[in-house]
Amino acid sequence: MEGLRRHKSMFVLPGLLTLLLIIVFPLLFTLRVSFSGWNVSNPQMDFVGGANYVKMLHDGRFWSAILRLLPLAGGTALIQYIIGFGMALLVWHEVRGRRFWRVLFLVPMMTTPVVMAAIWQTIFNESLGPVNDLLGKLGIAPVKWFTESGPALAALMTVEVWQWTPFMFLLLLAGLLSLPKEPFMAAAIDGAGVWRTFLKVTFPLMAPISVTAIIIRLIEESKISDSVYVLTSGGPGSSTETPGYYLYIRGLSEQQTGYAGALSLTYLVLMIVTLTIISALLVRAFKVKEN
Amino acid sequence: MSRLYPTFKYTVIALWGSFVVGPFLWALTTSFKDANGVQGGATYIPWMQYKPTLLGWHNIFGGAGGIDVVQPFLNSAIITIAASAISLVLGSLAAYGLSRYRFKLGFIKNRDIIFFFVTQRIMPPVVLVIPFFYLLQQVNLLDTIPGLIIVTVALLLPIAVWVMVDFFNGIPREIDEMAMLDGCGPFEVFVRTILPNSLPGLTVALMFCAVFGWNDFFFAFRLTFTQIQTLPQAVVALNSSVPPWWTLSAAALFGLLPLILLAIRVERYLSRGSLPGAVR
Repeated sequence: MEGLRRHKSMFVLPGLLTLLLIIVFPLLFTLRVSFSGWNVSNPQMDFVGGANYVKMLHDGRFWSAILRLLPLAGGTALIQYIIGFGMALLVWHEVRGRRFWRVLFLVPMMTTPVVMAAIWQTIFNESLGPVNDLLGKLGIAPVKWFTESGPALAALMTVEVWQWTPFMFLLLLAGLLSLPKEPFMAAAIDGAGVWRTFLKVTFPLMAPISVTAIIIRLIEESKISDSVYVLTSGGPGSSTETPGYYLYIRGLSEQQTGYAGALSLTYLVLMIVTLTIISALLVRAFKVKEN
Repeated sequence: MSRLYPTFKYTVIALWGSFVVGPFLWALTTSFKDANGVQGGATYIPWMQYKPTLLGWHNIFGGAGGIDVVQPFLNSAIITIAASAISLVLGSLAAYGLSRYRFKLGFIKNRDIIFFFVTQRIMPPVVLVIPFFYLLQQVNLLDTIPGLIIVTVALLLPIAVWVMVDFFNGIPREIDEMAMLDGCGPFEVFVRTILPNSLPGLTVALMFCAVFGWNDFFFAFRLTFTQIQTLPQAVVALNSSVPPWWTLSAAALFGLLPLILLAIRVERYLSRGSLPGAVR
C-alpha cells in the first residue's frame, strides 16, 4: 500500500492545479483591484485603501439587490423543490406515457437561459404577448409585466422556475429510483397508507439528496444575471436587480473595476457564510444522519 | 381517495406539462410569422389566425436582415465538446483521488478540497470575467476559441468533480483491491476497472457539463468581439434592437435540438436503472 501513497497526488494534482491557476489568479486580482481606484478614466492599479469598501457600505442599490435574493433565490429554490419533488413522485411509479413525461420535464433545463429569456420576453409582452391575451380572455385586465416592479419580479421568478425545476426533478427522481425497496415493503406490511408512507419512509430517505439539491439551486439561483439582463435589464428602475447583474453594471458597463472588485469579494464572503449557515440549518431541519 | 387519485395525478402532470411545453409551442408558432402576424396581437393557429411564412427560418440561415447560425453553432459545439472533455478527464481523475485516498495538508483535508472545488460555482460570472479578460489579453487568447475553452473549463471542472466524487464513493473499494491483487497499478485500476463501471456517472457529469457549456452566454459575451461568436450570443444579438420575433424563435428552436437528444439519452439511463447510483 506504500506505493499507492506516491500515486495519490497524481490523480488530484492535475485538476487542482488547473483550477488553482484558473481561479486563484482572478481571486487575487479581484482582491488587489478592490483596493485600487481603477475605473474607465483611471485604468491603473493604484492604492486607495479601503475607499471602495466604505463607498459600498452606503450603496443602497447593492444591499437591496442582496436582500432581493430572499424571494428571488430562496423563494424560487423552494418552489422548484416542491414542484420538482411532486413531479418526480408522480412519474416515479407506473404512469401512462412515463418516458415521455420524464423527457419533457427535463427539457427546459437543456435550453439556453438567455435565449429562452428572450422568448419569455415576447410571451410577457404587455400588448402583443400571449399571457396578457389569455388573461384578457378570462376577463383579467392586462398586467404591466415590465413596467411595475411586482409583476416584473413575478415574471423573472416564473422564468427561473420554468428553466430550473427540471434540475430538481432530475436529482430527486434519480434519488427516488435509487431508494432501497425494503422500507416500503415493511411500511406496506404495517398497513401504512400513501400519505403515512411518504412522511415516514420516502421523505426521510430523500433528506440527504434534498439538502444537496436545494443548496446547489441556492448557489446557482443567487448568481442569476443572464436572464435578468435579457428579460428586465434590472428594471423597472432597479427593482429586479440581482447582485450578479449589479456587479455587471458596475464592473463592465460603467467599468468601475476597483469598486466592482470590492462588491464581488463582499458578495463572495457573504454567500459562503450564508450558504454554510443555511446548509447546517437544512441538515438539522431534514434530520439528515451523517453516514 | 383511491378512485380520485388517478384523475388528480394526470391533471397535475398535464398542468405542469402544458406549462413546460407552452413557451416551445409559442416559439414554434411565432417562428412561422412575419411582421403582420406579430403586430395584430397574440395569435396561435396558422392559416386560421395568421398567414404562415418561412421568413424566420430563412433568416437564420443567412437570409437578408437575419443571421447565419451555422458558424456560431459550430463554435459552440467545438467549445462545449473540448471543455467538457477536458473537465471530465481532469475532474474524474481528481474525484477518484479524493474518493480513494486521504489527503492532509496541515488543516486542509479531503472535504475542504471538495469544498474548494464547489465554491467556484458560488462566484457570479462577472467576478471572473474581468480578471479573465486581462489574463487572456496577456497570452493573446482574447476573442479565440482556445481562450473560451480555457475559461469554460473553469466553469465545468467543479461540476465534474462534484458529480464524480459522489459516484466513485458509491463504487465498492473491493473492486479496486481485487484489481490490485491481479497486479494492476493505480492508473490501470482506474482505467481498466473503475471507468467502465462509471458510465452512468460519467453520463450525468457529461450532461451537466454539456448543458452549462453549451448555454454559457456571459463569458462568450465579454471575452469575444468580432472573430468568434457562440450560438447564445448570436441569438441574443437578435434581441437587441427591434426584435424580429420570428427569427428569434426559429433560432431558439434550432439551438435546442442537440440538447433534446441528450435529454432522451439521459432518460434512457434513468429508466434502465443504471443512473440512480450516479446521483445520490
